[in-house]
Amino acid sequence: MTSGGAPAQPGPARPGASARRGASAPAIAALVAQGALSAAETVAAALDMAEAAQAELNAFIVIDRAGAEAAAAAVDERRAAGLPVGPLAGVPVAVKDNLATAGLPTTAASRILAGYVSPFDATVVARLKAAGAVVIGKTNLDEFGMGSTGENSSFGPTRNPHDRGRVAGGSSSGSAAAVGAGIVPLALGSDTGGSSRLPAAFCGAVGFKPTYGGLSRYGLFSYASSLDQVGLLGRSVEDVAAALGVMAGADPRDATSFALELAGRAVGSRAGSPAGAGQSGGTQSGGAPAGWAAAAGDLTGVRFGVVAELSGEGFSQDALASLAVARAALEARGAEVVEVSLPGVALAVACYYVIAAAEASSNLARYSGMLYGQRVGAERDGQEPVMRATRGALFGREVKRRILLGSFALSAGHYDAYYGRALKARQRLTREMDAALEHSSALITPTAPGPAYAIDEKTADPLSMYVGDVATCLANLSGGPAVSVPCGAAVGSGLPLGVQLIGRAGADAALLRLAAELEVALG
Amino acid sequence: MFEPVIGLEVHLALRTTSKLFCGCSAEGFGASPNENVCPVCLGLPGTLPVVNERAVELALRFAVALGCEVPSTTYFHRKHYFYPDAPKNYQTSQGDVPIGQHGRVSLPSGKRVGITRCHLEEDAGRLVHPAYADHSLVDLNRAGAPLVEMVTEPDIRSAEEAREFLAEIRAIAQALGVSDAAPEEGKMRADVNVSVRLPGEPFGTKVEVKNLNSFKSVAAALTFEAKRQAQLLEGGRRVVQETRGWNEGGQRTYPLRSKETAADYRYLRDPDIPAVAIPDERKRAVQASMPELPQARLGRYRAAGVRGTEAAQIAYDHAVALLFDATVAAYAGPAQNVANWLTGEVAGRANALGVSAADTKLTPTALARLVELVDAGSLSATAAKDLVPDLLQGADPAALVASRGLDQVSDAAAIETLVTVVMEANPELVERVRANPKAINALLGKVMAASQGKANPDLARRSLAGRLALEEPPG
Repeated sequence: MTSGGAPAQPGPARPGASARRGASAPAIAALVAQGALSAAETVAAALDMAEAAQAELNAFIVIDRAGAEAAAAAVDERRAAGLPVGPLAGVPVAVKDNLATAGLPTTAASRILAGYVSPFDATVVARLKAAGAVVIGKTNLDEFGMGSTGENSSFGPTRNPHDRGRVAGGSSSGSAAAVGAGIVPLALGSDTGGSSRLPAAFCGAVGFKPTYGGLSRYGLFSYASSLDQVGLLGRSVEDVAAALGVMAGADPRDATSFALELAGRAVGSRAGSPAGAGQSGGTQSGGAPAGWAAAAGDLTGVRFGVVAELSGEGFSQDALASLAVARAALEARGAEVVEVSLPGVALAVACYYVIAAAEASSNLARYSGMLYGQRVGAERDGQEPVMRATRGALFGREVKRRILLGSFALSAGHYDAYYGRALKARQRLTREMDAALEHSSALITPTAPGPAYAIDEKTADPLSMYVGDVATCLANLSGGPAVSVPCGAAVGSGLPLGVQLIGRAGADAALLRLAAELEVALG
Repeated sequence: MFEPVIGLEVHLALRTTSKLFCGCSAEGFGASPNENVCPVCLGLPGTLPVVNERAVELALRFAVALGCEVPSTTYFHRKHYFYPDAPKNYQTSQGDVPIGQHGRVSLPSGKRVGITRCHLEEDAGRLVHPAYADHSLVDLNRAGAPLVEMVTEPDIRSAEEAREFLAEIRAIAQALGVSDAAPEEGKMRADVNVSVRLPGEPFGTKVEVKNLNSFKSVAAALTFEAKRQAQLLEGGRRVVQETRGWNEGGQRTYPLRSKETAADYRYLRDPDIPAVAIPDERKRAVQASMPELPQARLGRYRAAGVRGTEAAQIAYDHAVALLFDATVAAYAGPAQNVANWLTGEVAGRANALGVSAADTKLTPTALARLVELVDAGSLSATAAKDLVPDLLQGADPAALVASRGLDQVSDAAAIETLVTVVMEANPELVERVRANPKAINALLGKVMAASQGKANPDLARRSLAGRLALEEPPG
């Protein structure tokens, strides 16, 4: 199964099928647990594919062959000894390089953190490992998560596995490419304004942003704290559901985290224990029950809301056709699809970029070359010149642009006009979305304005890149869960497209169930 | 003729075991540099703050004690500035909705000082600049330790009032268990805002003097600054709005930075820290469990007959007050007697050791017994004073008296015998005293010497006077 689909070949333009090559993460784990498949072989195959595709895709910043082989061997040894191996035993996973991993560098694709090794694992990484998953490497991204194309990386752009001339989408570019190319069934990303869902759509993968606080952010290098969530990318909804099951649960190290209700029970029994510690036993019994988000095939009585403001202007014919395909598939299963209006959408992108930039200017203040990371200048120059030189030389253009924008938005004379107003717009939009979701189980939109952008298409005009986040940033602003599901292909190019479902805050399980229905309905 | 207009900003180190946002020890005193640090207080990428509930509780107590209005929800804010003592390059503090606002404090003098606000924030690290080095060193043991900052209205009018206010705040903080409020350990620091004006005129341009580490420095800086500003105005010049530092050695203020270069801190409500709800029940519980504050204590001591000076001295030192209360409870006699001993010989001996009486092994029972022995006349005051150092080491006075044979001789017959022996041995002296009764002390000294100091001096004097047929024992 690990050889399912050649990574270097664009998939056939069969709608929605591209990311579903290969077995799902739970299926692999089940085979490993039975002894029908060795973790070592599975992981080695993923490592081989990652290395083979690296020159073309640039999906990884680090491929950790030695560490992954050792972790896989440990899984096999546990199984051989008759010990429990976890619900994701032997599943090769890729981790976005803005999530802390002890022992492996975490750079956020920034020169300012070149070579930086965190002393701890992010809570989500620790929980994934405790469930038996094996991290094969750290994936490329837009520096600190700032970008929608994957091109703002000090390690160079990630390329789309379906067309090397196109971007993978960002900012979780490497994670999306690794899943889209069939290297791993599951990858961790982050999602501040669509950073998991948009690249997932571009690469033909499922991309999921849980409810804000549903996954711990401890160990995620903050970009915009009130919008950031750990994102999940998978071949199918089943993959992200399984991963959510083992990673959810309140984390005492993240005060904004809470115990998400999954499949009728709280996955929060781990609250109170330190991140990742002693959870291997807990995840054995506490992992998501197999198929908890599986489709039943009948959507009678379920209502979806199509957002009027996101079904016309600003979206390509491809994107609108993909939305129509999804709508038809849902209706064919008995669902009702209604049109809803969210006037606040008109301000969403502006609101998002002001808030994200403001928080970024604060969160990225710590990178000054004093305590860790790279430094430019000599001690005798004094701290202020060294801080200026370090930040000036080592942050990329887009990062500097957002820091300047955010600093301006928070400054004494401009706070009310920019940051204050953006907060008000956010509240208004959230109220509108909450009201719409009282009448609909989920909102449905195109994930992106169209298929993957060409390399360099957006670099000269960041504003045109920003507006591409209009559909995805809604869920970050409101805090609710959202998932992008592959749906259809672009006419001519056959590039993947995605539709997004946005659910009620806290109702992640229900949203994933609907996404699984859509996935099945699309065939 | 210019009067100073003064506002204070006081920082108190909260008495918590751990820091404000992580589990590191907040008691950095004596630790080696950068011993009490972790990924969170180092501001490493990916770390998040989790609020120390105990710090919130202490700040809440303080706010309530200062008569502040407490909001139903309070928030943390980030205050941005780039400096290596702040690992995140911002300080997590509180902004528009602090834990307390609009309070007031009444001083024993009757003066009322308005409290603008009090809020929680994290301390910064410490920079060390080695002589002749091309670098500086950073110690982050204090980084992230919890502080409560309190800001007053510009209600204070003299250096003396400022001192009185600080003493009040220190005593309140100690009584509440909120802070040790020890300036010498850096646990109480003040910045002052001062301007001068002619009485009745509007406020003048204010100057801030930062980082004053003792009550004495505060008073000296205020006196210096008020005089400097008055001289400027009298000379027809104007006061520039600026921040000044205090030179302890030179006892003068000096310019740090002007208003033009003042920082824009770009306050941002901290998105990593959820709002802290303070329900009414919680406020009521804090109110109900409020301990006795120093002024109430002072009133209680005065009512118990303790003189003003001693009463204030004890009431404004929380630990000593606890020792005093326990001693009085164990003692049969007027509280003033205990106060005399506690603020006199006991305080003196403890100070000589460089500690407070409350920090010694002196027990309330031991002190009560000592005073009782003196009261009963079975121990002379002189002998009792000699026992105080031992009491500070935890000794029991009765045991000391017994082992050292210090029981005072109060037996009338025994004293008569002593007096007879001494008079017979000193006939010339007896004649001198008959001629000049004021010379009786010389004869008394002989009696005391013969008794090795154990004779009750009052009884001996009375006996001598009777035998010499003097009218009254001279005072």
